[in-house]
This record gives sequence, structure tokens and C-alpha cells, in this order.
Amino acid sequence: MDALLLSRWQFAITTIYHFLFVPLTLGLTIWVALLETCYVRTQRPHWKEPCRQLVKFFGTLFLINFSLGVVTGIVQEFHFGMNWSEYSRFMGDIFGAPLALEALTAFFLESTFLGIWMFGWDKLSPKVHCLCAWLIAIGSNLSAFWILVANSFMQHPVGYVLQNGRAEMNDFLALVTNPYVVGEYSHALFSGITTAGVLVLVAAGWKYVHDKESKAVFQQVLTAGAIYLAVGVLGVMGSGHMHTQYMAEANPMKLASMEALWENANPAPFAVMAVIDQEHNQNACEIKIPALFSLMLYNKPEGEVKGINTVNAEMAAKYGNGDYRPDVFGLFWSFRIMVGCGGAILLIAFAVGALSHLNRLDKYPCLLKLLPLTLPLPFLANTAGWFIAEGGRQPWIVVGLQKTADAISPNLTGMEVFLTMAGFTLLYLLLIIAALYVAVRYIKNTSIPQNTHEGRDA
Amino acid sequence: MMDYQMIWFILITVLFTGFFFLEGFDYGVGMLAPFVSKREEDRGLILRTIGPVWDGNEVWMITAGGALFAAFPHVYATMFSTFYLALFLMLVALILRGVAFELRTKEKCPCWQKTWDAAIFIGSIVPAFLWGVAVTDLAAGLPISANMVYQGNFLDLLNLYSILGGLVFVLVFAYHGAAFLQLRLVDKGLLYRVQSLGKCAGECGAIAYVFYLLLTWENTDLLTRPAALGLFIATAVFFLASLYRFAKAPGKGSFILGALAVASVTIGFFTGMFPRLMVSSLNPDWSLTITNASSTEYTLSIMTVAALVLVPIVLVYQIWTYYIFRKRVTAGDVSHY
Repeated sequence: MDALLLSRWQFAITTIYHFLFVPLTLGLTIWVALLETCYVRTQRPHWKEPCRQLVKFFGTLFLINFSLGVVTGIVQEFHFGMNWSEYSRFMGDIFGAPLALEALTAFFLESTFLGIWMFGWDKLSPKVHCLCAWLIAIGSNLSAFWILVANSFMQHPVGYVLQNGRAEMNDFLALVTNPYVVGEYSHALFSGITTAGVLVLVAAGWKYVHDKESKAVFQQVLTAGAIYLAVGVLGVMGSGHMHTQYMAEANPMKLASMEALWENANPAPFAVMAVIDQEHNQNACEIKIPALFSLMLYNKPEGEVKGINTVNAEMAAKYGNGDYRPDVFGLFWSFRIMVGCGGAILLIAFAVGALSHLNRLDKYPCLLKLLPLTLPLPFLANTAGWFIAEGGRQPWIVVGLQKTADAISPNLTGMEVFLTMAGFTLLYLLLIIAALYVAVRYIKNTSIPQNTHEGRDA
Repeated sequence: MMDYQMIWFILITVLFTGFFFLEGFDYGVGMLAPFVSKREEDRGLILRTIGPVWDGNEVWMITAGGALFAAFPHVYATMFSTFYLALFLMLVALILRGVAFELRTKEKCPCWQKTWDAAIFIGSIVPAFLWGVAVTDLAAGLPISANMVYQGNFLDLLNLYSILGGLVFVLVFAYHGAAFLQLRLVDKGLLYRVQSLGKCAGECGAIAYVFYLLLTWENTDLLTRPAALGLFIATAVFFLASLYRFAKAPGKGSFILGALAVASVTIGFFTGMFPRLMVSSLNPDWSLTITNASSTEYTLSIMTVAALVLVPIVLVYQIWTYYIFRKRVTAGDVSHY
């Protein structure tokens, strides 16, 4: 067994798994902090208690998710040294800094204040407690920022110089202000809000349909959640659009592969579907919309887009003969899955939000009953998105500087990696079953009645 | 350049000292919980003592790893690939432990809680043991080649000396946890039980430490340095003084003396290692040191500023946490999530 291939699989499995929880953490911390702010600031006394219970309700779901996110995150930090020691040697001078800064600025902040938030309900004033919720949200977002600074360097290296047999940092500011970070971070933040928004709608929808006692409260949650979700999806679309436009200059190979565009085109068409023949550098057949791809990239129906074959020839001239094409089939379809899921989620947000706001939810009962089926959509979109980001960088681990094949720890045997890969996969499978079981039972068994004493129209 | 490398060697020492001090009692509490009481309510009470703080404490380890990566990337690369399977086991243990704290209270069924209690026990004893093995291996030397690559396999990491190292860590952390629990619990029965368990762990730990020092004399050059030797002896003095007070009247005194023992043994280790971070048993010149394994001066200078600004801030709010939860834990505290 090949240690390189198995290590790649292990990293893929553990990162994808880790990123099931990360976007939920990003989105749910903000949601919970917003709810707690409502609880602290609301002037309507009959809303005080339901608000507090909602904070605890979504807080508990957040905590279950957060614990899985944290423990799977430690695995990722250790991974760079365990499986990719040559990468760590070559990149350590640059890559280590954002990782250490992530620990110093973000991990301490979120973990410490999470402990206070969990156990400090009657030890702190409501305002200070609410402040802790916001500090957790800031910590989670700082964490995402720093790790995406590190990741952006792998996609688009800046602020470095090659000497002493490794990449050495010579401009920290350039590293942090890498334009790639702006796209990656905003996209990740909004996808987090989207993922959390879908979970909020699914949980609230289920309570609305199945729990009469909590119906009134969760109708409010459905309205607010739909707005939150819509903000997320629109943000994710906008940031994705902006980032793709930037990719035309920063990473043309990834861009062309997403579209399975083999030859230069002006104006470039958008392929709705294509049968990809990577071996012969072409599509066996495709359905195209003329000039749409140029329009998406340049905001006008003209403009040249480089094809895969052109970029491959350019890279061969620059880095020596070789195949610099990623898995075009995977990228092409991942992009369509991601965008398709995003579109579907936007429709859901509008439909649920409008019906809830107009008090018409009961007229379309099947909408809420089918809502739980949409839960996988954001996770599918997140995974597809990361496949584009990381798969699209192959065969490089750091574009233009180091190949994935050269990054592996030389002392590992295939057997060792196979053991750990099987171990992680099995453990992760058991944990997600346990966590889902606990979360579903919690949602089912927790009721939040509306406080009727003071009257509903107070 | 040399100055920055020194600063980072000291910062790594500080981070590991913080890690062993804070996670030391966390691990100890996790190890002791099943032995102190069979009743679920009691175990809940015991684990509640570290509930609000364990996650923040664990970040010291993650930060130590991240700091190694940023300041001495070659050490990070060689160390983590060398201990590949050992770290896998440690990660599994830490995963189980982290999730267990969250999930154990979410279901009333006894078998559910027992399973997660077992996960917390495994998740505490395995990392404690493996850190002992790893630290011992680093000092004794590992077959590291000229290009900083480990030449052995998993079994080469285990020998009498390193296993004894693991045992010392387990016993000392268990004692450290008992000393911490003495400051946090109220129930007389539980306190008595913790005291007798702690005495047992502490006495065995003291004996094991003596043998450990003998083997360290035999297998490493750490004790040839007067400063390191002094710190290792100071460790023994602190530990025995702590144990003496713990047996008579456990309280703040025994906890602080025990903490000093943990700190002085960690600082003693790094003092003995200086300027090396990993010793090569194949050729002393192939050892990883603060000069041949470090990042550039530029990176170190930026990270120095960041660390000197951020570490004090972190300390302030972590101390604030301990202040908020300074009261001893009673049954009334456990009903909250």
C-alpha cells in the first residue's frame, strides 16, 4: 500500500469530516449570540423567558457540534507534522506562523469563554454572559481567518522568498492581506451562516409541526431563521462570484477546470453539462450557453478565458515537463453541485420566510414536513466547495512551489497510514452517530412554550 | 538571531510548563474519577470541577504544538512524524475525552454514562502516559538521520526507560489531580477517598521518580549539567514536601508545592536539553537544535511580538475563569449544563 495515496485519503476524510462541524460553529455562534442579545435587550417581558430558552436550545446544539469540531481540529493540526513532514519543513517558516497565531488569538479565546458561557449562567450578569457569547463568535471567526490565511498561501503564495532549500517569509503583511484570503474567508463565513441557517429552519420547522406547545415560539424562529439564512446564501453567492472573478488571474488552471474549458475561448461559453474525456484533453459532448462564462467573469459578454491545455503548456514551460491538470471531472461536477445546492437553499429561505411572515405556514404543511430532507444540502455544498479548492490545486500542495508527492513524511509505511486511516474513519463514524442521536433526541424532547400570562399582544 | 531562538526556546518551555501544570491536574481528575466513586452523581461532581476549564487548558498543548511549528518547523516535522502511531493513539484518546465531556450528561441511561466515563478515563491516562514516553525518548535520543528523518519504527519508541517515563507522568498527574480535587470538593466522604488515592499515587510516583532519575543518569547526559541536576533534585524536594502536607492536611500548600514540582521537572528537562530539542542517537551532530531547526529571524521576530502581547492577555482571562469558578463544587452546580 502506498503511504502517499493513503495519506491523501486520510487527510481528505478527516478534513471533510472536520468541515461538517466548522461551518456550523461559525454560523451557530453568531446565531446564538444574536439570540442572547435579543434576550438581554428585549423590552417585551413575555418574550424574556422564551428567548432565554431558545438561547439554551440552540446553545446545546452548538455545544454538541463544537465539541466534535474541536477534537477533529486537533487531528488536522497534528496532521501536517505526522503525514506531511516534508511540507512542514519546506513551508514551516511561513505556514507555522498563522497556525500559532490561530492558537494564541482564537483557540484560547473561544475555549476559555465557552467554558465560562456554559457554566456561568448564574455566576455572571446577563450582559457579561452575553458578551462571552460574542467573544466565542469572535474567536471562532479569528480561527477561520488564520487557517484560511495559511490555506490561501497554498493556493496563491505571496510574501515569500525561496532560499536555504525552503520557502521563507519576507512579508508578513502580504501573507495576511493576500487577496485570496478575502475570497476564502468571506465565502467560508457566509457558508457557515447558511449551514447554521438551514439547521435552524429544520429544527424549528420540526418543532412547529410536531410540538403544539412550542409552535408559537418556533414560528418566530422560522421567520428570523429564514432571514438569517437568506443573508447567508446571498453572501455566499456574492463572495463566490467575486472570488471566481479573482481566480481568473490568481489560479487560471482551477478556473478552467471548473468549467472543463480545454481551449482558449472568447467569449467563453458556460457548459451546463459535459462528458469529460481527460485522457484526450476534450469533452466528448457538452451543452453550452454561449458567452455566459465570459459574462460571469468580466460582467460583459466578451473577454478571453484561458483553456486547460494552454495553462498546462504554460506551466510545463515554467516548471518543466509534466501534467499539471487537476481532476477536471471532479472539479466540473463539484462546482455544479455546490451552485445547485446554493440555489435550492435560497428558494427554501424565501419560501419559508414568506409563508411564516404571512402566517400561511399551515396552508402548506408538506413544505415543513419535507424540510428535514434539505439538511444535507449545505453540507454537500461545503464539501463540494472544498473539493474545488483543494482538488483544484493538485498536483501541487503549494501552487508552483511544492508538489503533493514531495510533501509526504519519508519514514511512513503504507501499513501505518492504513491503520490510522481506518481508525480515524471508524471512530468518526461512531461519534457522528452518537452526536446525531443526542441532538435529535434533544430537539424532540425540549419544549419552549410561549409565556401567555402577560398576553400575546403586549 | 541567536537571541530570538533563545526567546523561543524559553517560550516553548513556558508553554509546555503551562500545559503539564494545567492539563496535569485535568488528566489526573479524569484518571481518578472512576476510582473515587461508583455513583454517577459523584462522578458528575468530580468531573464538574474541571468542566469549565479543561478545554481552555488543552489549548496550551495545541499552542505548544503550533509554537513548535512556527519557531522550529524541523522539530515539529521530525517529532510528529517520528511519533506517528503514538500520536494517533493520543489523538484517539483526546477525541474520546473531548466528546465525552459534552455527551455523557445528555442521556440518563447508566450504560451510556458508564461508556463515556470510560472514555474520559482512557482519554486522560493514555495522553499522560504517551507524553511521558515521548519526553523520555526525546532526551534519550532517537535514530534520526543527517536529513532529520526518523529511522526507526513504533516499537523502537518503547523501552524500559521510556515506559517508566510514561508511568511517572501517569502517577504524578494522578497525584496532581487529587491535590486539585482537595481544593474543589466539599463532600467529606469524597475528599477522604481522594486523599487516600492521591497518597497512593503520590508515593508510587515518588518511588518511580527515583528509578527514573537513575535511568536518566544512565541513558542521557541531562544530569551532567548542574542547573538541570539542581532542578531535578528540587523537583524531588517539592514533591516530597507536597506529599507530606497532602497526607497530613491537604490544601493549597500541597497543591502549590506539587505544581512547583511539575514546573521544575519541565524546566529541568529543557535546561538539560538546551540547545537541543531532539537528540539523535546515531550522531550527536545530527540532533535538532535551536539553530539548525529554527525559522528565519524575520518570522521569529514577528512571532515574538505576537507572543509577548498575546500570552499575558490569555493569562489574564484564564485566571479570571478560575476566579469565577473559585467556589467549591456542590451537588447544586451539577444540575446546570
